[in-house]
Amino acid sequence: MYSVLTRGNAILTYTLSVLACLTFLCFLSTLTVDYRTAAQMNTVKVVVKNVPDYGASRERNDLGFLTFDLKTDLSHLFNWNVKQLFLYLTAEYITPNNELNQVVLWDKIILRGENALLDFKNMNTKYYFWDDGNGLKAHNNVTLTLSWNIIPNAGLLPNIQAIGQHSFKFPTDYTQTRV
Amino acid sequence: MLDSIFDDVKRMNKRQFMYQVLSFGMIVSSALMIWKGLMVVTGSESPIVVVLSGSMEPAFHRGDLLFLTNYPEEPVRVGEIVVFKVEGRDIPIVHRVLKLHEKNNGTVKFLTKGDNNSVDDRGLYAQGQLWLTKKDVVGRARGFLPYVGMVTIYMNEYPKFKFAVLACLAIYVLVHRE
Repeated sequence: MYSVLTRGNAILTYTLSVLACLTFLCFLSTLTVDYRTAAQMNTVKVVVKNVPDYGASRERNDLGFLTFDLKTDLSHLFNWNVKQLFLYLTAEYITPNNELNQVVLWDKIILRGENALLDFKNMNTKYYFWDDGNGLKAHNNVTLTLSWNIIPNAGLLPNIQAIGQHSFKFPTDYTQTRV
Repeated sequence: MLDSIFDDVKRMNKRQFMYQVLSFGMIVSSALMIWKGLMVVTGSESPIVVVLSGSMEPAFHRGDLLFLTNYPEEPVRVGEIVVFKVEGRDIPIVHRVLKLHEKNNGTVKFLTKGDNNSVDDRGLYAQGQLWLTKKDVVGRARGFLPYVGMVTIYMNEYPKFKFAVLACLAIYVLVHRE
């Protein structure tokens, strides 16, 4: 009746169902948390070049360069069901070619316990700002936004946009200097 | 122990044996129904995937489970985690959208990158492919469950273990009586 197998089976089943139940409660407990918060960003230096994109089509495309300031405090976003924040800074703009362009310029992974009080001055971008064509020169409304993707211990993976954005213009001439 | 199992089988009559076979069939078919039902609800051809590589660490590790949706009316946006297939590779890839360009007629092209990779995915795409489009996407990650997928990874890596587990389950269902 009560062999080792049946006892082992009972223990395993019970452990697994308790674990599943606790995980589900952990997911439920953070379902309604509001993860929005404010962020201030600003561009410092903005230039644009027109060079061949050897990584892709090999055609001459507009390549933007910029440095930016970023200030935000994300410490309070962390709770027991947030394992990691994936921050990303997006440039969004419209060109005659495309009705929507989104380019991620910079990203950062913040694990729980790491410093989430960010104050960057004159940061370089992490990725190249290639346009899909020649739409960056003299563009007068490129919007920078900061967003984060929340990676939980178990649960949903929401993408949240920070409150606050920054719009900037590109110069009307291509720069000839090395950047 | 084996003797007692065979005793159980011997003591069964024909009807009881048929009943056990039917309940075994029920389990298999309801699993299939749940999978196909999820496909309908989520719109994705593969609603649950197991992460197989470390290219999204530390967010996703090998063996984590992802729940996907793939609703055509929801646009793809930068920062989302997409699961996509590349021609010539059997295994779908789970990576994040890095760049996106959408034309007036609604066609979208985008570039992806793994959080843990230092370069974008152009080297992973098919020969000459520079961008992904909507038809490459299997789904977008919406939910996350850690570790659970390790079981299927073990099963795929050690086929003997898979057959042993399946055989044990089948014997248990066929022989076990309430």
